[in-house]
Amino acid sequence: MIVWLLRRSLQAAVTLAVALALLFLLMRAAPGDPLFRLSAERPISQQEIEVLRARYGLDQPIGSQLVAFVSGVLRGDLGVSIEHGRPVTTLLAERMPATVLLGGSVLLLNFTIGLWLGVRQAVRRGEREDRWLTTLSLTGYAMPSFWLGLVLAWLVGVEWRLLPAAGMQDPLLEADASFLVKAADVLRHLILPAVTLSAVSIAATMRYQRAAMLEVLRLPYIVTARSKGLSEREVTWRHAWRNALFPIITIFGLWLPILVSGSVFVEAVFAWPGLGSLAANAVGSRDYPLLMGASLLVATLVVAGGFVTDVAYAWLDPRVRFG
Amino acid sequence: MTAAFDVLQGAWRNPRGRTGALILIIIAVAALVGPWLLPDPLAQPDVLAASRPPTLVHPFGTDQLSRDVLSRVVTGARISLGVALLAVALSITLGAAVGMISGYWGGATDTVLMRMVDGALAIPRLFILLLVLAVWERVPVLALILLIGVTGWFATSRLVRGEVLRIREEGYVRAAEALGARRRRIIFRHLLPNSLGPLLVAATLGVGDVILLEAGLSFLGLGIQPPTPSWGGMILDSREVMVSAPWAGIFPGLAIVLTVLSANLFGDALRDAVDPRSA
Repeated sequence: MIVWLLRRSLQAAVTLAVALALLFLLMRAAPGDPLFRLSAERPISQQEIEVLRARYGLDQPIGSQLVAFVSGVLRGDLGVSIEHGRPVTTLLAERMPATVLLGGSVLLLNFTIGLWLGVRQAVRRGEREDRWLTTLSLTGYAMPSFWLGLVLAWLVGVEWRLLPAAGMQDPLLEADASFLVKAADVLRHLILPAVTLSAVSIAATMRYQRAAMLEVLRLPYIVTARSKGLSEREVTWRHAWRNALFPIITIFGLWLPILVSGSVFVEAVFAWPGLGSLAANAVGSRDYPLLMGASLLVATLVVAGGFVTDVAYAWLDPRVRFG
Repeated sequence: MTAAFDVLQGAWRNPRGRTGALILIIIAVAALVGPWLLPDPLAQPDVLAASRPPTLVHPFGTDQLSRDVLSRVVTGARISLGVALLAVALSITLGAAVGMISGYWGGATDTVLMRMVDGALAIPRLFILLLVLAVWERVPVLALILLIGVTGWFATSRLVRGEVLRIREEGYVRAAEALGARRRRIIFRHLLPNSLGPLLVAATLGVGDVILLEAGLSFLGLGIQPPTPSWGGMILDSREVMVSAPWAGIFPGLAIVLTVLSANLFGDALRDAVDPRSA
């Protein structure tokens, strides 16, 4: 296990290093330099551009730029946002909690409803319910998250006035309101973005759970369980599902990039104050350092997610580490 | 080639796959023929007829600039499908080439290539594209196609590599090697034709992904540039009139859902035909 863990850690480190190098290359390979777009967007003099170029080190040779980039990343210094005039790391840290709250809620929705529906589908394989659930989840998967968000915000938020359609808190709420009132307020704001993001991503969870469950259901011990006279319910949930739950862990690593990309759109539509809307705004204001910082953070999260997934899987299933 | 043909036939026999394929064909025909039959998608005939709800003259209504939403949706189909098909063709070719080299050459080539693919897969495709497109003044459509294509082959190369590793152990490949067949013959005669099934699945599902991706980029103002109609761009424009003229945003969104869903239904049927166990 130790050797396996070391090898897997090394692999994660290499992956992250490659991703870092790719990001640097992307930054430099893009046509024009990052400040070029800035001058097209706002009144800015040539002199100011020169000052900015010097501040961001764009006047240095490419070798020293790479060194500066890597050492900055290692020190946790991602530069200063052009739009906000504050360190990128501070901005990212400020926006992190809202995104974690949204992502966590989506995770909870997908891994309760999604798993339950996936198991039902496997048990009723090929029947009408299975087919309809597949079509339904695929329809969600085919929806652009920003479109579903806009439609829900319009219907539920504006036409029916059931839920708030933007932000994370009610600006009119008393500042000294009790914690419970504030939490309920955040929860009301959370529902629409979380449902939107979940609807467009739950298909993957359902599909994996269905496939994993089908694999297990054809094993001999299920026949044994049935022939012992256990009810279908016990066979499904107590015997089959426990073993069909393992493979689902792997989907977490695959699913993280989808969630992060989706949150860019959903947070932008619902003005949810997280990393996604920060990145979407950085695109709008051509705030290159901020966009780069967000991409770095995302790449780190994806690599870390994959690593944690693999470790959890190896810990639960000895065949992986000894196989 | 027969393997790929069998897969296509299998998907066509599947009712859901056939439905998806038929809807896709209808959308493609509409995209090709529609722009000749419908009003000019750029024309702004009458400012007083702006933001009108659907009528017989304008079945999808008009947008805030009095442009016909139906003809914009149909023209948008041409753009979306065109971008998606070309970009996917590029990704699939690149993915097949890299996967083939990685799987068949093996050794250090394989290790280096696959580590690079790992690194590239760590950055979500959306973020790679945002970083490149954010510095661009006005993105030409051709550049957009190239960029989407070049950022989409990483997973495909993994898939093809896996197929190659499996197929090269088969008896007929061993026999060909023992007979002294050249590398090129083995690749183009055995490895490639036998990986076409999974490649076909990846391509079909890739079309749906790229349509969503392009719509997202256009929604952020980085994809297809106005006044060229694109589904994502139309939804972006409709944002400010969502309450007064929701049809301007709802119809392009429905067009995306229908197209992507059909592509995925067909892709699913293809997958079931390649690997019947998953059905």
